[in-house]
Amino acid sequence: MANIIGAITTSHIPAIANAMANGLEQTPYWKPFFDGYPPVRDWLNEKKPDVIILFYNDHGLEFFIDKKPTFAMGVADEYYNSDEGWGIPTIPPVTGESDLSWHIANSLVDEGFDMTICQEMKVDHGLTVPLNLMWPGHQYGHVKVIPVCINCEQYPMPQPWRTFELGKAIGRAVASYEKDLNVVVFGTGGMSHQLDGERAGFINRAFDLDCLDKLVSDPEALTKYTNIDLVEQGGAQAVELNMLIAMRGTLLGKVTELHRNYHAPISNTGSGLMLLEHEMPK
Amino acid sequence: MASNYTDRQFQGTYLFDGQMAKKGYGLNKMCYSFNDQAARDEFNADPEAYCEKFKLTQAQKEAIRSRDVIGLLREGGSIYYLAKFTGLLKLNMQDIGGLQTGMTTDEFKAMLERNGRGEV
Repeated sequence: MANIIGAITTSHIPAIANAMANGLEQTPYWKPFFDGYPPVRDWLNEKKPDVIILFYNDHGLEFFIDKKPTFAMGVADEYYNSDEGWGIPTIPPVTGESDLSWHIANSLVDEGFDMTICQEMKVDHGLTVPLNLMWPGHQYGHVKVIPVCINCEQYPMPQPWRTFELGKAIGRAVASYEKDLNVVVFGTGGMSHQLDGERAGFINRAFDLDCLDKLVSDPEALTKYTNIDLVEQGGAQAVELNMLIAMRGTLLGKVTELHRNYHAPISNTGSGLMLLEHEMPK
Repeated sequence: MASNYTDRQFQGTYLFDGQMAKKGYGLNKMCYSFNDQAARDEFNADPEAYCEKFKLTQAQKEAIRSRDVIGLLREGGSIYYLAKFTGLLKLNMQDIGGLQTGMTTDEFKAMLERNGRGEV
């Protein structure tokens, strides 16, 4: 059977791609951020997952507000990045995992999660930046990725309790897949930040740290927040915490934190990197 | 739970709900088009004509002309699409932060550093 062997939270902001493209990782500004990653890369290289299920949000590359899916997922064998309007260099395609994707899609819709199912889906920085952080130099082609996209741009958005339930349902879908595959789940984005309005620049370090603690030991507490609570506590774009909450929903039993690196600010955001393991089903 | 998602207001925060999405549709559609270099070139060649093509309102056109990010938000712009417009102007998120808060980019960056350290 397929097994979720662990999970990772990471930032996905475009500025990271620029920093990596320009070799700025060891400059004073970026060093405290990038120095968090080697232990996570080592773990991935040791565990060699077959599949990454990656929660992210599309910031206006594939989806416009003419049709805005609440939950979307890819079922393709390959995904492409494209120009997002500010000239991020074109990068190699991302490999998909069509069979497991369809299995998950079937299972989710049967359970009442009415996913938008995508055979073509351009993936933006929300998905590509985390992959490049884990396998620098865009060396991620060997790992198969299943993109799960959550609306974080336009209200109404799915609430934290709902994204947590989505994560749980994806966990069940993976556990019911017959083929032996090792799966790692990425929850990307966040943490506290606000890009727009006179309140731009808002960051709440204490809230971020509390969220990281609760992601490990008390995720139910996070599901008590509404999205508007997240805006109040963490700024307008802190609703991206939904991707981390969805990730946590896929994990079972006691969760162990193997690594953490919180750093703020990078660009306008608080960045929370965590590596988690859980009690795998027998 | 509130029936209207944006019943709760926060100062200096413009939540992008259904009303705003309707009001800002043409503006956001224009900004979304900037994913293509050809569209960026067309805008740069004749901004007024390009705004007209997407049927922007007078208020939206004026905010585009004067690079008034707060004005664009008030007129229904979503920050994710506006970022493509400001990217076209070669402004990054800290530049935009400064424009919205009345700070220089360096002052805005310094505020981010203080907020990041938890001093606020």
